[in-house]
Amino acid sequence: MAYVAVKGGERAIDNAHAWLAETRRGNPDVPEIGVAQIAEQIGRAVDRVMGEGSLFDRELAALAIKQSQGDLIEAAFLLRAYRTTLPRFIHSEPVDTAGMAIRRRISATFKDLPGGQILGPTYDYTHRLLDFALASEATVAAAPEASHPVGEMAHVHSLLRHEGLLENDEPAAAGEPGDLTRQPLSFPAPRDVRLQALARGDEGFLLALGYSTQRGWGGTHPFAGEIRMGEAVVEIIPPELGFPIDIGDITLTECQMINQFKGSKTVPAQFTRGYGLVFGHSERKAMAMALVDRAMRAEELGEDVTAPAQNIEFVLYHSDNVEGTGFTEHLKLPHYVDFQSELETVRRMRRDMAAPMAEVAQ
Amino acid sequence: MDAAADPPSPGLTERQRWMAVLARANAAELAALLETVPPLPAYRRLRGPESGLVMLRGRTGGAGAAFNLGEMTVTRCTVRTDDGLTGHAYVAGRDARQAELAALVDALLQDATRHSAVQQAVINPLAEAQQRRRERDGRKAAATRVDFFALATMRATP
Amino acid sequence: MSATIDLPGFADPARDAQRAFRAVLAAMAEPGSLRMAGDDLIAPAPLAPATAAVLLTLVDGDMSLAMDAATYPAHPWVIFHCGTTLTEPAKARFIVALDCPDLSTLPSGSDEAPEESSTLILQVRALGSGTPYCLSGPGLRSPMILRADGLPADFAAHWAANHALFPRGIDIILCAGATLVALPRSMTVENA
Repeated sequence: MAYVAVKGGERAIDNAHAWLAETRRGNPDVPEIGVAQIAEQIGRAVDRVMGEGSLFDRELAALAIKQSQGDLIEAAFLLRAYRTTLPRFIHSEPVDTAGMAIRRRISATFKDLPGGQILGPTYDYTHRLLDFALASEATVAAAPEASHPVGEMAHVHSLLRHEGLLENDEPAAAGEPGDLTRQPLSFPAPRDVRLQALARGDEGFLLALGYSTQRGWGGTHPFAGEIRMGEAVVEIIPPELGFPIDIGDITLTECQMINQFKGSKTVPAQFTRGYGLVFGHSERKAMAMALVDRAMRAEELGEDVTAPAQNIEFVLYHSDNVEGTGFTEHLKLPHYVDFQSELETVRRMRRDMAAPMAEVAQ
Repeated sequence: MDAAADPPSPGLTERQRWMAVLARANAAELAALLETVPPLPAYRRLRGPESGLVMLRGRTGGAGAAFNLGEMTVTRCTVRTDDGLTGHAYVAGRDARQAELAALVDALLQDATRHSAVQQAVINPLAEAQQRRRERDGRKAAATRVDFFALATMRATP
Repeated sequence: MSATIDLPGFADPARDAQRAFRAVLAAMAEPGSLRMAGDDLIAPAPLAPATAAVLLTLVDGDMSLAMDAATYPAHPWVIFHCGTTLTEPAKARFIVALDCPDLSTLPSGSDEAPEESSTLILQVRALGSGTPYCLSGPGLRSPMILRADGLPADFAAHWAANHALFPRGIDIILCAGATLVALPRSMTVENA
């Protein structure tokens, strides 16, 4: 069977694109939205697109959101495509999240932690009632300021470490961390690659998986040890300079889950940890990431691997929404020939079945 | 040891400090402040300005092994002034003008005869503005600090 | 000191790199053919323009690079414009040399991943003149003569050992002035 040539759609495609552009713009009587407006006022969507597009650049993410009419997965796809056009100059030094300029930092495990609970710009205590005042434009009063700024805040888990009740951070490994944008995934995937995949993974998918662990599918008894959000300094060491320089700040949300661990024959009972680190202010994603990171450590910690969130291969192969979109949506492409052959098969099967039945009837 | 690496010098920390300030300044601010300094030497571009990526790294658990978090855009530029000084800049984002001006200022600041004028006219005002922004955000964060009161304390309060 | 970097790289990085890449690609596809590269580039001594152009085109921070001692004065320029640090030849994907190293000491890849071998960018005195070598193999309809001045006297013997490793093995890009010639590992090179 040969492929059927599918040609002649060019004009239809051009016209479809023209209609898409018109639809994107919407009613011309309504002022056009600017990229800066999106970057400033739809910030959480921008954060999500940067995270899932795996490229920190607020303007580009805002442009992608405009271009995709707010389809955030399409926007992430646009960012991923754009990043392939840029050369990679260098990698950064690992960001120092302990030293970040804190805008939010809370712990559900310690009430009186040094530095205190900093709520930051959160939705947590809003009543989730639609605010009709926002439907009309109004000036917003500046947020109150305390007399002294917050200082640097140590990680909550570092406060527990001296008792030995909480597992330590794994030591820095020699050599370069894995990079799934350079080497294809292979299993068993080490934790550095898993964290990279989770950081760019789909928020909805990770949320569902994290939620599933809380409902007993690979439960780990999590506590939100700490959630922090703020600006971290990015440092690189250009080879021509040979010393670290600071190239700017990025907004990050970090979540440290503290999980109960019964212990094993060799390890005494202690708390283990799951880790989440994502671009922008994306608390739900950071928490889900930390839950799934911990769940994927089941085998390493000698736990039974029974639930989807504990299955590294399942999680990593399905967390990427750009890949998922590609494979799901490719079903829209012409499958005329495949379908023709299946149609023939089904007709033949029905004929084969009908013939003996006709004999029986006679 | 890299043959090209600048040898550590007493001025290193100071240079890191001004490079950090320049990385956070926008092109318009830089251009406006440069207007206020004495005539600038001619310069040529040795490399860039060109935009590219930095792969950002985090640490597992915040302090453990490094992992690749995702990329960010960065723009770099290197210029050489007619006085023979080389200025480098790497700045977050995609603003070519910012990177070029930052590289130029980096070169000017290495010139002992110009250093203090450029430091005062360009770096100091930028650094102060950046510090003010940081402190303002820090004070806003501090205003959202929860002060827990024990019940006994609350009863005692009229 | 960065003051030693006083020469720019490609004037138009994207276009010039594409042009040089095209030259390397054509040279690899047609082994022994002379191609131009870096003709409008001011190369840092002691590198030839072709050597410098190949480096700017193929090497970046993701690629490991080793350079032999004779190239020392050009190291800062290469590190700066390629955005890379230098490593030792045994760990490098690209090796730049003015004196031909022992090919058997360079990474030749593995049978599973022969593409993880190294490429030797070897600068010689001249191409198109000098000692004649007879080239044959994939990419050549019939054997051809390549003249090169500056290869070691026992080059053909060393090359034979490298060629025998196929699919593993080192690929060589010979550079002189603004000219380059490629010797992929699949070639047979004999003294003519």
